Amino acid sequence: MTNNKSKNFPSGNTSAQKQDVLVEVKNLKQYFSIRKSLGKTNSIKAVDNVSFKIYKGETLGLVGESGSGKTTLGRSILRIYEPTSGQVVFSGIDITKLQKGKLLPYRKKTQYIFQDPYASLDPRMTVSDIVGEALDIHKLASSKKDRAEKIRDLLKLVGLNTEHASRYPHEFSGGQRQRIGIARAIAVEPEFIVCDEPVSALDVSIRAQIINTLEEMQERLHLTYLFISHDLGVVRHTCDRVGVMYLGHIVELVEAEELYKNPLHPYTQALLTAIPEPDPEVAKKRNRIILKGEIPSPVNPPSGCKFRTRCPYAKDVCEKEVPEFKEYGNGHYVACHFAGKL
Amino acid sequence: MIKELLKINDLKVSFFTPAGEVKAVNGVSYSLEPGKVLGIVGESGSGKSVSSYSIMGLIDKPGKIVGGSIVFDGKDVSTMTKAQRQNLAGNEVAMIFQDPMTCLNPVFTIGNQIAESLIHKYGKISKEEIKKRSIELMALVGINEPEKRLSQYPHEFSGGMRQRAMIAMALAGSPKLLIADEPTTALDVTIQAQILELLKDIQKKTGMAIILITHDLGIVADMADDVIVMYGGKIVEQGSVYNIFNAPQHPYTKGLIRSLPDLSKKGEKLIPIQGNPIDLLNLPQGCAFAPRCENCMKVCIKHMPEEYLTADGHRVSCWLYDSRANNSTEVKNND
Ligand SMILES: Nc1ncnc2c1ncn2[C@@H]1O[C@H](COP(=O)(O)OP(=O)(O)OP(=O)(O)O)[C@@H](O)[C@H]1O
Ligand SMILES: Nc1ncnc2c1ncn2[C@@H]1O[C@H](COP(=O)(O)OP(=O)(O)O)[C@@H](O)[C@H]1O
Ligand code: SF4
Ligand code: SF4
Ligand SMILES: [Mg+2]
Ligand SMILES: [Mg+2]
Repeated sequence: MTNNKSKNFPSGNTSAQKQDVLVEVKNLKQYFSIRKSLGKTNSIKAVDNVSFKIYKGETLGLVGESGSGKTTLGRSILRIYEPTSGQVVFSGIDITKLQKGKLLPYRKKTQYIFQDPYASLDPRMTVSDIVGEALDIHKLASSKKDRAEKIRDLLKLVGLNTEHASRYPHEFSGGQRQRIGIARAIAVEPEFIVCDEPVSALDVSIRAQIINTLEEMQERLHLTYLFISHDLGVVRHTCDRVGVMYLGHIVELVEAEELYKNPLHPYTQALLTAIPEPDPEVAKKRNRIILKGEIPSPVNPPSGCKFRTRCPYAKDVCEKEVPEFKEYGNGHYVACHFAGKL
Repeated sequence: MIKELLKINDLKVSFFTPAGEVKAVNGVSYSLEPGKVLGIVGESGSGKSVSSYSIMGLIDKPGKIVGGSIVFDGKDVSTMTKAQRQNLAGNEVAMIFQDPMTCLNPVFTIGNQIAESLIHKYGKISKEEIKKRSIELMALVGINEPEKRLSQYPHEFSGGMRQRAMIAMALAGSPKLLIADEPTTALDVTIQAQILELLKDIQKKTGMAIILITHDLGIVADMADDVIVMYGGKIVEQGSVYNIFNAPQHPYTKGLIRSLPDLSKKGEKLIPIQGNPIDLLNLPQGCAFAPRCENCMKVCIKHMPEEYLTADGHRVSCWLYDSRANNSTEVKNND
C-alpha cells in the first residue's frame, strides 16, 4: 500500500508473472439453494465461475454493488463456505480438497475482518479474552505470562492500550471495536486477511485511522489482503489491483490506477462516474453515466452477458453469448464482447 | 433582498434520558433562501437529524425543544395553530429518509399512500383527480408503468424504487422545503447516482429548497449551494460549498477534508483526525472538538468559542479566529 509497493506491481505481464502467487482461484462457483414455494428449489449463483490470482504482499480490491457476490467470494476462499465447485489453491495447496479436520493450519494462515465491529465481537467477553481466544485455539502462548504479554503487545500494535484489555466491547466506539477485530485477526500471525468492508460502518472521521492501521499491519507483518469495499475512493487509495464484480462474475480486473484511468468494461465506466467526488468544481461539472434500472435478481440472471439489461452498448451477441474473461494486455482482464472498442 | 424561507435562531433540543440530559442540538442558527440546497454534514450523533426534525415538530419525548426559534416563511413555528402546523408538516415541508419503510406502510398499496398525501394537501379531491396527479407524480420520480405500479405494495418494489415512491409522496404536497435525511446512504452507488440526479431534476422543475443531510462529502460537493458542518450539537462552520471545500477554516472541517483519500497522493499515508467521536453526555466544558484538535489552546478547554465571520464571508466557531487568542498557549493533544 505504499508507493514502493505499488511500483512492485506493475501490470505488465512479465513482472506480474514473476510475483509469487499466494492464492489462486480457479473456476470457483458458490451456489446457494433457496426453497421456493411448491417444493421447487432454486439456486442463487452468488459466485459464478470466477478465476483470478492474488499475489503475495498485495492488496487486491473487490468492488461491486450489493449482492454482487463480494462477501460470498471472500468467504468461499477462506472455506467459511463449502464451494460448489472449482479450486482455491493457497501456497500451492488446493484447500478445497482438504478434509475438515485438516483445515486448522490453513485457518491459522487466513483471517477475516468483518464490516460490522458491533456484531462480530462477543459482548460477554473482555477484549483480552477475545484476542486471547485466537491465541488459545492455535496454541500460540507458551504460558499465562506469555499470553498476557502477547495480548498487551497486540493491543498496542493496533493503537489500543493495556487498560483496554479488561473492558467489554460495548465500552468502545466503532473505530476502537474495529481495532479489537484487527487485533484478533493478526493474533494468529496470518499471511492472508479478507477485509470485508472494514471501514464502511465507521464514521468518516475515523475511517482514515483504521485504514492507516491496516496498512501499518500489512507492512510490519507482510500481509496479503483481499479488500472488499463499495467505496471506490478508499479502494483507489488502498489497493494495488482491483476486481469489479457484477452478479457473481468478475467483469474487470486490473491494476488500480489503470482501472481509474482506463476502465474498459461499461459497468466499471458507469461505476466510476457515479462516485461522488468531494470537490465542488469537479462534481458540479461532471457528466454522470446514469445506468438504467437495478441489478437483476441472481436467481434469474440475464442470459449471455449478465450486465446487458443495463448496458448502454448491448447488442444481439450480448444476449446470446457469455463474454469471455480475457486479458487485453498488461494484465488488464475484461469480460465484454466489445472491450477496447467502445 | 431575497426573503428567507427558513430562519433558525439559537435552537436547542435536549433528550432527557435516564443517563442524563443529552444536548443533541446546542444553539444552532442558520437561514435558508427559497430554492437553495443546504448540505448538512457531521459525524453520527452530531445533531443533523434532530435539528432538522425540529422544523417539522417531529421531536418526541424524551426530547424537547428547550430554546430558540424557528421561523418558516415568515411565521414563527412555536406560535402556529394546530392546523397551521399540520399544513407545515407534510405540505410546506416534506421529509424523506434513509429507509423508505419509515414512511411506507407495508399493508397499503403505493397508490393508497400517495392518495393519502394528496388528501392531506387538498382535502376534498375527486378520485379522478387523485389518479391523474398520482400518475404525474410517479412519472416525475421516474417510475415506469405508473398505473400498474400504483396498485402494488412496497414489498413489490426494489430499494431504489421505494426511494422513488417515498419521494413521490413527499412531493404530493408541493413542498417549499424538502428535508432529505441521508436519502441515498443505504443505496448502491449506481442507484445513488440515479436518485441524486432525480433530486436535482425535481429541484430545477419545482424550485423547492432542499436540506440535504449526509455524511458523504462527495454528495455535498455535488448537490449543495451552502454547507453547514456540525460537531457535538453545534454548527462549527458554515459557508458556500466553494468556501467550505476550497478554504475550510475550522480544524474539524479541515481534518475531514484532509482525511479523504486523494489519488494524487496515492501511496502516502492518510491523515486522520485523531481521537474518538464525542460523548454528548460528557461534553467538554469549552470547545467540543478540543480533545481531538491539533490547534487546541488553553482558552479552548475552558471557554466555548464564539462565531466569527471570515474574510471570504463564511462563519466559523473557533478561538483561532479571535485576535485575543494569539497570546494563549497551545496545548498538545497527543492522542
Ligand atoms: N447463505 C446464503 N444463502 C442464500 N443466498 C445467499 C447466502 N449468502 C449470500 N447469498 C446471496 O448471494 C448473493 C451475493 O451475496 P453477497 O453477500 O456475497 O454480496 P455482496 O457483494 O457481499 O453484497 P453487499 O455489498 O451487500 O455486502 C446475494 O444475492 C445474496 O442474497
Ligand atoms: N429519541 C431519542 N432519545 C434519546 N436521545 C436521542 C434521541 N434521538 C436522538 N438522540 C440523541 O441526539 C443526538 C443527535 O442525534 P441526531 O440528530 O440523530 O444525530 P445525527 O443525525 O447527526 O447522526 C445523539 O446523541 C442521539 O443519540
Ligand atoms: S458484453 Fe455487451 S452487454 Fe455486456 S458489457 Fe459488453 S457490450 Fe455491454
Ligand atoms: S476552538 Fe480551539 S479546540 Fe476548538 S477547534 Fe478551535 S482551536 Fe480547536
Ligand atoms: Mg458483503
Ligand atoms: Mg441522522
